Amino acid sequence: MTETLPMAGAASNVNAVGLSKNDYRGAPSTLCQGCGHNSISNQIIAAMYEMSVMPEDVIKFSGIGCSSKSPTYFMNRSFGFNSLHGRMPSIATGALFGDARMKGIGVSGDGDSASIGMGQFKHAMRRNVNMVYIVENNGVYGLTKGQFSATAEKGLQLKKQGENPYMPVDICAEALISNATFVARSFAGNPKQVKEILKAAFAHKGIAVLDIISPCVTFNNQENAYHSYAWGKDHEEPLHEISYIAPRNEIMLEREMNEGEIREVSMHDGSVVILKNLEKGYDPTNRTLALQALEEARENNWLLTGLIYVNTSKPTLTDIYNLVDAPLNRLTQADLRPDRAMIDKVNALMF
Amino acid sequence: MNKIVNDFSITVGTKNGSGSSTANNTILRSIFKMGIPVSGKNLFPSNIQGLPTWYTIRVNKDGFIARKETSDIVIAINPDSFAKDLASVAPGGAFFYADDIRQPITRVDIAIYPMPIKAIVKADANIPADFRDLVGNMVYVGILAQMINIDMEAIRAALTFHFKGKQKPIDMNFNALKAGADWAAANLEKKDPFQLEKMNKTEGMIMADGNTAAAIGSVFGGIQFAAWYPITPASSLAEALNDYLPVLRKREDGKHTYAVIQAEDELAALGMAIGAGWSGLRSMTSTSGPGLSLMTEFAGLAYYAEVPVVVWDVQRIGPSTGLPTRTSQGDLTFTYTIGHGDSHSVILLPGDVYECFEFGWKSFDLAERLQTPVFVLSDLDMGMNQWISKPFQYPERPMDRGKVLWEKDLEELKGNWGRYLDKDGDAIPYRTIPGNKNPFSAYFTRGTGHDEYAKYTEDSDIYMKNMERLARKQQTAKQYVPAPVLHANKNATIGIIAYGSTENAIFEAQHQLETEHGIQSEFLRIRAVPFSKEVDAFIEKHDQIFVVEMNRDGQLQQILYIEYPQYAMKFKSVAYHDGLPAAAKWVREGILARYEKAGNGTQKKAAVKKTAAKAASKPKVKKAAVKKSAATSSPKGKSKSAVKSKRK
Repeated sequence: MTETLPMAGAASNVNAVGLSKNDYRGAPSTLCQGCGHNSISNQIIAAMYEMSVMPEDVIKFSGIGCSSKSPTYFMNRSFGFNSLHGRMPSIATGALFGDARMKGIGVSGDGDSASIGMGQFKHAMRRNVNMVYIVENNGVYGLTKGQFSATAEKGLQLKKQGENPYMPVDICAEALISNATFVARSFAGNPKQVKEILKAAFAHKGIAVLDIISPCVTFNNQENAYHSYAWGKDHEEPLHEISYIAPRNEIMLEREMNEGEIREVSMHDGSVVILKNLEKGYDPTNRTLALQALEEARENNWLLTGLIYVNTSKPTLTDIYNLVDAPLNRLTQADLRPDRAMIDKVNALMF
Repeated sequence: MNKIVNDFSITVGTKNGSGSSTANNTILRSIFKMGIPVSGKNLFPSNIQGLPTWYTIRVNKDGFIARKETSDIVIAINPDSFAKDLASVAPGGAFFYADDIRQPITRVDIAIYPMPIKAIVKADANIPADFRDLVGNMVYVGILAQMINIDMEAIRAALTFHFKGKQKPIDMNFNALKAGADWAAANLEKKDPFQLEKMNKTEGMIMADGNTAAAIGSVFGGIQFAAWYPITPASSLAEALNDYLPVLRKREDGKHTYAVIQAEDELAALGMAIGAGWSGLRSMTSTSGPGLSLMTEFAGLAYYAEVPVVVWDVQRIGPSTGLPTRTSQGDLTFTYTIGHGDSHSVILLPGDVYECFEFGWKSFDLAERLQTPVFVLSDLDMGMNQWISKPFQYPERPMDRGKVLWEKDLEELKGNWGRYLDKDGDAIPYRTIPGNKNPFSAYFTRGTGHDEYAKYTEDSDIYMKNMERLARKQQTAKQYVPAPVLHANKNATIGIIAYGSTENAIFEAQHQLETEHGIQSEFLRIRAVPFSKEVDAFIEKHDQIFVVEMNRDGQLQQILYIEYPQYAMKFKSVAYHDGLPAAAKWVREGILARYEKAGNGTQKKAAVKKTAAKAASKPKVKKAAVKKSAATSSPKGKSKSAVKSKRK
């Protein structure tokens, strides 16, 4: 059965900073009903509430696309910057210098990050920008009505586009190879895992990439669609763990996955995604193993979920710059304009 | 033989990457140190090593130091450009050449001086073999110094500056130079008229390049964030930030009040700068034309979302990659309405190295006051060449951080504010900054349609109202931008409008027009777009206005057509686009080609006379003072008194 979305949390409850869950909500979503992105927004609300984060300590970022609309739908009390297509990383990189105590939560999509924004995506990784970087990954361009994205698998069929002839980009592998310090993957229909990974990502200092498979209910609903492998089609029978979900309802896991478990999940069209939870005892601090695990998953057509890699020893971008303790954006002329005497010194430095 | 004192040009033809820039800068600085007005322009190819490159020096006792199109003295070190260099010597000029170049010398109308550079260097046992080519450049400086009388103490001062006081390289270079001078004294007979004599016209002045000046100005403007991507001719601006920030903003705790990031490309550079500007930092980027093209989408976002940021464009000649190492004023119309959809830009147009400094700090005040991107259009000539300048002056007013609401402001307002609400009627809204802990402080910034409270909307009326406000904001900007500089002349029969680095060429052309053709002119140097009312008055006053600029299509003229359609017939374009620093010759010839004899002053109506009378009542700077300012290449005496600041 479908899990209840955490929309109606008990309003009387307050967290450690005295805020109710309502203080973390945003405007009503204008995305399609049943869109996985809404579930992710709700898990962000739940995670921030449960972690007792002050909304004023968070900056929301996004690029352009369906996913990038979603920061409007959570945490109204946080500043937000809905930027340009593929350019969320640069906006966030600059903005987080304003007050380095703040943490970014960025929501991007597979088009926004894996296509037009691939360059900025990878450079945000290598700079270790202090933000949670969520890619709501559905393999399709929703807002422009159904074109292939760069994460769509080879051979995918879409109504207007025909067959996708190209190999896909793996967000987690790209992040890892670009020296991201936190790489995880989850599935929008696994809200508990999404929330737990979100919490870990938010607690991480530096860039935390979350590739969250978030099925598009409207445009990626063709026969043989999104990560729908022939193998999966042939093996529909073992899908007893997943109840049938009527189209336009969100796809949710019936129960949590165990460590190492492989589970097939039906998409809206009845096609299948194969989730593979990381094995028990998997060491996410070993980068070589992480790369190996991703490669093994690729060979098996698994979508590896869980915390794939974490490195807590790398300084964040703002750490590297050895900034003053006060937020830069609170500094005044006394801090910023050199003394009058310095002008003579400068002139003396000229010929 | 007649002597020609302190009035000639020198061109050195060398190979790129041969280390001649130290030698050429030494000549330039030495002449400056002798108190003589001088300029140096590096005419270099887009190449690291091997292609011909020229360095041209203009010495002029009257202060006309724009690049001269003819060369009185040519020094030929590069065999590849030897024939061209020989042909370029003006009749009656002098030709110095490295005597290991064995090519025919056919000219008899010039003085010829062979220079045994290699032999002289080889004879000095103190010069390591590896350094011979490098130090060899100093030999031609020494020979030239001997022949035109460059002061040896001035040379020593120039070398001491260049090598930051390090005795070993100073001595090695000076000795090579001295060896050249001694050889010339013993072996060359003076056959040309060119001589230097000490003056006192550069006293109290400095020499600097515009990119360094811009960086220093930005530091005094309180810069907190810069993101940039390497591009000629802008790279040295960001590099100068890295040089001067640690010196000028050094703190006892060793921590930093700023961050400079080399971005992955120009898109990211402006994106980062906008992010930082949005989060309350004094933020900038620096680039050139191709980079600005990439920044276009972000520029539109900053305009529409009203984010303060400063963008320096050190212009080079386009279109496309163009001539990457040649100067231009070709990005003006592009910047004027940069981005898709309707937009207007605030543009600053520094005219010399001092104004690069001045607009370095002023641009931040403007960006934060107006909450909009401010573009500063410098160029390669200003940005990369050493110019004489008056010393940098401490900003005369405190920083203007614009309309920002912090916690206590919001408490007073009880959270009642709207990000894009025009509360003051000047079309500039109030903004809050991330980190503000008031629960009503946050808003959602977007490049999509938004209402006065920053909420997403596609409502037509709200869209139009917001866009009309942005148009009004551009009108508000007129009272904040730097006023133009008027070089007044009450006997003028024509007006000249120009901007940027052409000023010295225009001074000289004005002088030639007056003395050789009897045409008196009045010159308005525009320093900003949008145009303030001083520009209106100047245009109303003159019947013939020559718009001088370094591009093909007359870009400022195009903007003047748009802004002053009622006066369109007055404007005559003098546009030239050879990629070289401005020279008086094309300015003069361009004006003469389009000049119409007076007598058609039919447009002079009563209202115009009134304006003219008003303008005439302002303190005027005499011609001599203009010359003086030309001599010093500084705004000192540049009719400053005629420029009323419009700031509050």
